[in-house]
Amino acid sequence: MKRTLLGAVTVAAILGCGLSPALAQQSIKIGFISTFSGPQAAIGEDMRRSVDLAVEHLGGKAAGKPIQIVYEDDQFKPDVGKQKSEKLVQQDKVDFVSGYIWSNVLLASYKSVVDEGDTILIGANAGPSQIAGELCNKNFFSTSWQNDQTPMAMGEYLNTKGVKNLYLMGPNYAAGKDMLAGVKRTYKGKIAGEDFTKWPDQLDFSAELAKIAQVKPDGIFIFYPGAHGVQFLKQYVQAGLNKSIPLYQVFSIDAITLPQQGDLALGTLGAQEWVNDLPNEQNKRYVADFKKKYGVYPSYYGAQSYDAIMLIASAAEALKGDLKDKAKVRAELAKANFKSLRGGFKFNTNHFPIQNFYIQETVKDADGKMTVKTIATAVTDGKDPYYEKCAMK
Amino acid sequence: MMDYLLIQVLNGVQLGLLMFLLAAGLTLTFGIMDLVNLAHGSLYMMGAYFAWTLIGWTHSFALGALLALPACFLLGVVVEVVVARRLYARDHLDQVLATFGLILFFNELVRAIWGPEGRSISVPAFLNHTVTLLPGVIYPAYRFALIVVGSVVAILLAWLVARTRLGMLIRAGASNRRMIAALGVNIELLFSLVFGLGAVFAGLAGLMAAPIASVKIGMGDDILIVAFVIIVIGGIGSIKGAFVAAMVVGQIDIVGRAFLPDFLKTFMGAASASAAAPAISQVLIYVVMAAVLVWRPTGLFGQRT
Repeated sequence: MKRTLLGAVTVAAILGCGLSPALAQQSIKIGFISTFSGPQAAIGEDMRRSVDLAVEHLGGKAAGKPIQIVYEDDQFKPDVGKQKSEKLVQQDKVDFVSGYIWSNVLLASYKSVVDEGDTILIGANAGPSQIAGELCNKNFFSTSWQNDQTPMAMGEYLNTKGVKNLYLMGPNYAAGKDMLAGVKRTYKGKIAGEDFTKWPDQLDFSAELAKIAQVKPDGIFIFYPGAHGVQFLKQYVQAGLNKSIPLYQVFSIDAITLPQQGDLALGTLGAQEWVNDLPNEQNKRYVADFKKKYGVYPSYYGAQSYDAIMLIASAAEALKGDLKDKAKVRAELAKANFKSLRGGFKFNTNHFPIQNFYIQETVKDADGKMTVKTIATAVTDGKDPYYEKCAMK
Repeated sequence: MMDYLLIQVLNGVQLGLLMFLLAAGLTLTFGIMDLVNLAHGSLYMMGAYFAWTLIGWTHSFALGALLALPACFLLGVVVEVVVARRLYARDHLDQVLATFGLILFFNELVRAIWGPEGRSISVPAFLNHTVTLLPGVIYPAYRFALIVVGSVVAILLAWLVARTRLGMLIRAGASNRRMIAALGVNIELLFSLVFGLGAVFAGLAGLMAAPIASVKIGMGDDILIVAFVIIVIGGIGSIKGAFVAAMVVGQIDIVGRAFLPDFLKTFMGAASASAAAPAISQVLIYVVMAAVLVWRPTGLFGQRT
């Protein structure tokens, strides 16, 4: 009797072992690439905090399965980003890869993930034109924007403001080129001049600022993300240009840079698809919880990362946690059936959002902290200018 | 137009003086100790980090910056005694390998002490305005202060090298190391002093550049390459050469950024000009270096061998 019992237990144990592959995929594994070291680490930190907050809001689970995030640091370098992406796909065998601040890092990593790795990538910031157009891929989704779009919104606004003569500046890499091309798509006035600076090591803009002082345009449009935005604004003020030539910016004055820019940024205008004061319930909760937990305002980098996690969770819920059939996962993701912090959006055929863009002003909040607030809607249901070049219909 | 030209020349001078401070130490160690010191850029970085910490403690930019200089000197002497001294007799490849190791060491040290995210030093309040140099020529006060400090240091260094006993030994060391050792000069002490002095100049450059750029890991690595270009153009071991070459490189960099795009637009399309100009201006200094080497293989003021 004893022996049979033991035998039964053994059989059950063996069966149990045999069963576990069927119950495999115990967790939903998401690889998240961002910059966690160097001068741009503040952006990565904001994204990480938002991802952690999203997981917390989900109760750590989607469709009953625990969500596991594997963070990797791209060190702000395309080659390192590619290596880390390959590690996530091949070694960690993640279900999704997300993150990516920089267009050049995303472009370097893209093929390894969506083609060779056949893994779904949710871009949480970078939106290079190539990926929206000819390089679009069924495995790529964006919870941010295509690079041209935000400056296009700024261009529209500058037209209504009657800015006749605009000087453009940006860094000489994939995103910088898209951004300057973007503002030129919609801005109807004259381009007084245009400068591309060396990326990422040029932090001294003295020669360019002297040129601008000479040309005397009605406005300067810049794209200098993160630490570069801090430097640009400081030098623009040091050169005394803030007294005569207003600054219009995208991605250069935000919750990341404002603690260092302080009063220098007061009153400047920018364009963005998400602002911390957008009046929907999920956004109010996100901003309030973020501020309570970390003591600072979140940025759009964080909001887009939060959305990326929520998008993944929505697909997992719809499929009851079964992520094996990639085609089904993609079909669910494409529905964008989740509550985005910007109040909901639809995906275009190239898997980039169709969404609004707002004009924001830098102000001080009731506690004297620097922040941005929405002052106008520049674009309603905007589509990026490349989706028709994408083979997906 | 003249005032615009003047401002761009000043920008070039300011950049050149910063580069000169970095290159001066490099050319001395290379010329006198025959040491290829890749870690010179790390001393530049350490100067900025020391200044950041000391400014935080003292709540004064000037005081923090002044205190950072002796710290850099001490660090330079320690590096010389612990590492560099063992390398003088080795060939250049060993030196490159060992000092490259030092770069990695310092980068990780900074990561451990100050964290990975980088720091920023603000322009001190008393320099955070503009100065009117001539009617219509408005220039940021901090950059003007950089020019003044850089010029004073350059003059001091020129005086030190040309008029003092230490300078005489340095010049003698650059021409013939063995001979001055044979004449009974305490060469170990001289080398430590020169290395420490080089560290002070590198640290000064780093902390002065910090408010314009940012304080970050590896900040000295990019600029070190340009410093090497400068000492090659100027002639290894020559302070005068380093000064002239730094001024030339500073102006070339500014010309490449300020005037090249407009110049290219005169004979090619605006789109291709704005695409080509940044690329060309980035390689311009290397083109000049190559040209100088063809014309004078030992650099502008190098010792003929």
